[in-house]
Parts: sequence; structure tokens; C-alpha cells
Amino acid sequence: MRSNIGFFSDEKFRSIFFQTLVVGLFALGLFFVISTTSYNLEKRNIATGWSFLQNPAGFDISFSPFLEFKSTDTHLKVYFVGVLNTLLVSVTGCIAATILGFILGIVRLSSNWLLSRLVYIYVEFSRNVPLLLQIILWYSILIQLPRVKQSLQVLDVFYISNRGLYSPRPIFESGFSYVSIAIVLALISSFLINRWAKKRQDKTGQQFPVFSSSIGLIFIVPLILFFILGSPLSFEHPELKGFNFKGGLVIRPEFIAMFLALSIYTAAFISEIVRAGIMSVSKGQREASAAIGLKQTWIMRLIIIPQALRVIVPPLTSQYLNLTKNSSLGIAVGYADLVHGFGGISLNQTGQAIECMAIVMATYLSISLTISFFMNIYNRSIQFKEK
Amino acid sequence: MNEMNEVRKPPVATTGIIGWLRINLFFNWTNSLITLFVIYCLYQFIPWILDWTIFSADFKYNYLGEQITNQEMCSRNLDPENGGACWAVIYVRFYQFIYGFYPKVEVWRVNVAYVMLAFALLPLLYAKLPYRKYFLYFTYIFPVIAYFLLNGGLGFAEVSTNKWGGLLVTLVLGCTGIALAFPIGIMLALGRRSKLPVISMMCTLFIEFIRGVPLITLLFFGMVMLPLFLPEGIDMDGLVRVLVAVTLFQSAYMAEVIRGGLQAIPPGQYEAAKSLGMSYWRMNLLIILPQAIRISIPPIVNTSIGLFKDTTLVIIVGILDLLGIGRGTLADTNWLGLSYEIYFFVSLVFFIFTFGMSRYSLYLEKKLKTGINMGAD
Repeated sequence: MRSNIGFFSDEKFRSIFFQTLVVGLFALGLFFVISTTSYNLEKRNIATGWSFLQNPAGFDISFSPFLEFKSTDTHLKVYFVGVLNTLLVSVTGCIAATILGFILGIVRLSSNWLLSRLVYIYVEFSRNVPLLLQIILWYSILIQLPRVKQSLQVLDVFYISNRGLYSPRPIFESGFSYVSIAIVLALISSFLINRWAKKRQDKTGQQFPVFSSSIGLIFIVPLILFFILGSPLSFEHPELKGFNFKGGLVIRPEFIAMFLALSIYTAAFISEIVRAGIMSVSKGQREASAAIGLKQTWIMRLIIIPQALRVIVPPLTSQYLNLTKNSSLGIAVGYADLVHGFGGISLNQTGQAIECMAIVMATYLSISLTISFFMNIYNRSIQFKEK
Repeated sequence: MNEMNEVRKPPVATTGIIGWLRINLFFNWTNSLITLFVIYCLYQFIPWILDWTIFSADFKYNYLGEQITNQEMCSRNLDPENGGACWAVIYVRFYQFIYGFYPKVEVWRVNVAYVMLAFALLPLLYAKLPYRKYFLYFTYIFPVIAYFLLNGGLGFAEVSTNKWGGLLVTLVLGCTGIALAFPIGIMLALGRRSKLPVISMMCTLFIEFIRGVPLITLLFFGMVMLPLFLPEGIDMDGLVRVLVAVTLFQSAYMAEVIRGGLQAIPPGQYEAAKSLGMSYWRMNLLIILPQAIRISIPPIVNTSIGLFKDTTLVIIVGILDLLGIGRGTLADTNWLGLSYEIYFFVSLVFFIFTFGMSRYSLYLEKKLKTGINMGAD
């Protein structure tokens, strides 16, 4: 029989043949692209290499809360400012979207028909309108706020105007580092107490007031220390000077628009995920926990949510990834994130499109991979464990 | 005896409208309070929004009865106390919103293409259509017809793509992106599941790369880098460059959705097909793919909704889609300050399309009773 089969019908041969063919074609294509590109670059007098990163940028960035940026700083610094701004809006957006999404998802399942319909309408509207449109809409609302001179005053210390939100800036004096160390220590110890209490409860059934003791550790101990050290914290209030405020902490409308649009848009998706997750927990679980006399709030917290999380976390991860990638839309309202600052202005100034885009893409890839990595660890920790 | 057998009616308070209200709105004290609060908020909000959008709004004429040609003539700008939305901007710029800057003489071609698109979609959306087979033939040749109709050639005058805009560009990008991404996505999904390590690795790398970067970077790639990759003399049209980026993006997501469908096919199907002596391609074309695609249609529609919304991103690289025309109108001094009206209109158009698609996907899910959703948006 074997002799009847031509060598082309041999599976091993075909496998090697096709793979070599694909690799060969790919290499040929790559060679073609590289050669034409280098020719095109030479002809257009575009420099190559990474030395442009050390050149001065020559433009200002209006929003850089973590790093001081001057126009004489390098393109490399533009990149870092961009990454930090991308991370800032992504992290705050993810937190806000998660909180809002969980609340809405639970409210959507409320027995109150009117309330759950309202959430349904919100979800449908914010899912079905393009995010970019929502960002631009929020921005256009924010810049139509009153001018600086007529800015709205909230609680006498916050000023809201079309230039953004001005609030007092905290100034940390020398003793404050002890307070922050105390907060960190309190966080670590309450985490350890939580673990110890859980272990003890598993073993002996005795409960420990974890919540109140953690609150005491995290808030009261640093607070006492704070007053003992003589309140080493003061505030710099924004003051109206000429056409603008001087001093204080400013949150620009670009950031607020991005933050609102991203969190509201993603919260709609998260609320649907949460709803599906809670609905996936069988009715018997709720009935059984009611039968052993658990309180309503405890049923949700101890029985329903932990089981629902197993269903919720994987799609939640992809929503976090989406939000991070969607933060690149900041370019539409001039939010100086990675794409707008480095991939946009720096690219236009230097003309080195390939290098800039490669860096931007690589950064997004690594952010995405990092998020999936940590979410996968979290996901593994909440899955069913056979005891 | 008779009286004993008589069935007693359920209490009045648990059936009918009263029962429904009691259970759903006034179940207990907190529930009733919430209901009353929500009703109060709606009572404050709904009359105001209706008044703004309809009752005090200008549609074509202002309250003096003049036809509105610029924002200064809107009722609310003439008299802030007396006027709501100024929809006249949509009325005046309607042509641009639908066709962009397409020459008026040739616009019948776009209209014909719109109607033909509806006919081409019909057999895809509705499986029980009579003579579906013949309609499908039309669907296959529709892209060719549409190309010549919109772009010119074959006796039609040429209309360059920088004159296209508005809904036309949105639909061209959405439909072409989805239609091209579908076969590429199938190939990528098959490639990723292939037993040949090199092919599987290349497909996986491609899919994960595209899914890891934002669409906007791919659009920049298409706009800024693609021209550098091509030899001299080949000048790609702006719309085509954007289409390349959109198609690459969508095909990676489509591949993951179809891969999900492929994974749901029981191994027995593969084994049965192989035992009949089918080759790899015959097995996939005749046995595996028809089943896999059938169960992945709802998530395919969901990713398509995502793409349709994402087409708005092209305004960042200077292509004027529906949102781009809206922003262009706002930059016109004649229509300055009418952002709410314009964004409301653009949102509404997108909402109609995407909500329609999501309802359709729900209907399919119910019909197929699969309920598979890969978390695509």
C-alpha cells in the first residue's frame, strides 16, 4: 500500500513543504518591505535610529501631573509623560468603571421594575453610541462651562470652570513621611490580620472583627500620629490672578472628559457582565443561605458574589484591556497620552514614523500583557479549589 | 359537593395590574420610596427633554417664521427664554451628513448603492427569504457593482474618495471591513488551530499583536507607515489605507470569535469526516465551518457592532465620516455652538444601526439557542 502513495501525499513531507513555503514567502515579503522602506526613507531624507529620543522636544505639554515638563526636555521624556498619562486615565477609569458597573449590575437585577428599566436604558444608550463621540460630547460640555472669572465655587475651595477643576494642592511637610509609613504598615498588617483571621475561622470557627480592626489600624493610628507630629500638612489654595488661577491642583477638562467617558462607557459593559455573573449563580444557593439564616447583605457578600466572580473575572479582564486601549482616543480632545504626545506630536516633529509607532505599539502590548498577567493570577486565586 | 370543587380566585392584590404594581413597584417600604423618587425625577426630567427636543425646538423655521440659515437665526439665540434645540442645522446640512461632498449630479449613484445594499443584506439577515439563493448571487456581486457605482468607471464619471463623506463613508468602512475580515478571520482561526507549528505560531502572533494594540495605532500605521513600505509610484488612496487598517483589526477579532465556534465542535465531527476520507479542506468547508460559523453568528454580530462604532476613529486621521461631518459643521461659523444638536443627531444615527444589530443578534441567539458570547463588544 505504502508504495502507492506519492511522496506529496506523505503527511510529514507536506507539513515540512508547506511550512517552508510559508516561511519563505514571509521572508521574501519582509525583504521586499525592508528594502523599499529603506529606499523610501533615504529618498525622503528621513533619519533613522533612536538618537532622536535625546533631542529636545520643543513643545509644551499642558497636562503632566507627575513629571515637570518643559519644552527643552527630550522626546524620551515626552514618552514617559505619555505613558504616565495613559496609565493615570486607565487606572482611574478602571476603578470607577468597576465600582459603577457593579452597582449598576446589581441595581439592574433589583426587584423594582422602574429602577431596573432605567439602568437598562442607560446601558443600551451608552453601549450603542461610539465611545469617541461620547468623549467629544463630554469635552464639549466641559468647555462650555463658565469662564475662569465666573467659575463655579464648590465648598469654597474647589473652582470649576472651562479650564478645568481647581482644588487645593496638599503640601507635605517633613514629618509627613512618618504618617505615610504608618499608613503602609497599617495596610500590610491589616492584610496579615485578614489572612490570620480567615485561617483561624477555618480551623476553629471563631470570628475576628477584621473590618473594624482594619479600619482602626488604617485610619485612626495614622491620624493620631498625624496630630502628634503637629499636622505636617498644609494646603495651597488656588487664587485668581489675571486671567487664570495660580497655584493649587488643576485637573484639566481633557482628563475629566476622558475619565467620565471611559468609565461611563465601560461601566455599561461591566454591568452586563456582573448581571450575567450573578444570574449564573443558581437560585438554590440563595435559598439555601436564607434557610440557614444568613442576613440579606451577607447572602450577597458571602455566597452570591464569590461564586459570581468566577464567571465575572475573565470578561472583566477583557474590559480592562479595552479601556486601556480606548484611552488612546485622548488624541481627539488633546489629552497628552502616549498616542497623542509621543505617537502624534513627537512623530510629526521628527518624522520618524516607524520608530515612534514601534515604541507606541510595543508599550501598549506590554501594558496589555501585564494586565492579563495580573488578572490571570487573580482569576486563578478565585476559581474553585478542591480541598 | 359542587361548592367544594369551585376553584377560588387568587387574591385581587396578586393578579392583574394591581398585582403587577404591588410586586414590581411597591413590594415594601424601601421599594415604594425608590419608586416614588424615580417617578419624581422622571417627572422633572421628561417634560424638560421633550420640550427641548420637540415642543420648543426649531425644525426649519424659527419662532418668527423665518427659514433658518445660520445659528444666529435659531430661536434660542434670538431669545434665550423662547426656544429649544435648533434642528435646522441638520436640515440644512442633511445632504453632507448622508453623502459628504459627493457631487449633486452623481448622487443618484449613491442612492442606488444604498438601496442595493439593503437588497444584498436581505438574504444574509433573513434565512427564510423566498428565492434566497438568487438573492445571494446578487450579494456576491454587489461589492463589484458598488465599487463601480461609487468610485466610477465603466462609463460612470469618476468621483474621488476625498469627496465621499458622512454616512456613506461610515457604511463603506463598516460593510467592507466586516465583509473582508470574515474570510481572513476564518483563515486565521484555522491557521491558529493548525497542527503545523510554524503556521499556528504566525497566526497566533498576528492575532495577539493586533488585539494588544489600539485601533488608532493601526490607523496611524496605515496612514503614516504603509506609504513607506510600498515601492514608488504605488500611491494608495487615503480611504483604502484606512480600510487596510480596519480590516486587519477586525479580522483578528473575527478570528478569535470563529475559533471559539471551532472549539465548540465535538471531536467526533472531525473524526467522522476523516474516516470518510475527506481532505483537510473538504472536511473544514463541508463539515466543520458550516457548524462553527452557525454557532458563532451572534458573537460575530457583536464584534461587527464594535467595528461599526470604531469606524468613527477615522476622523483622527482626517477622513470625514458621519462624526467628522458633524465636527466640520461645528467648525463653520454659521453653525457655531450647536454641538448638542449635532452630537445628538450623530448619536441617534449610530444608535439606530447598532441597537438594530444588537436586537438582531439577540433574535439569532434565541433562534439558535446557543447563547455563546465570547465577551466581544
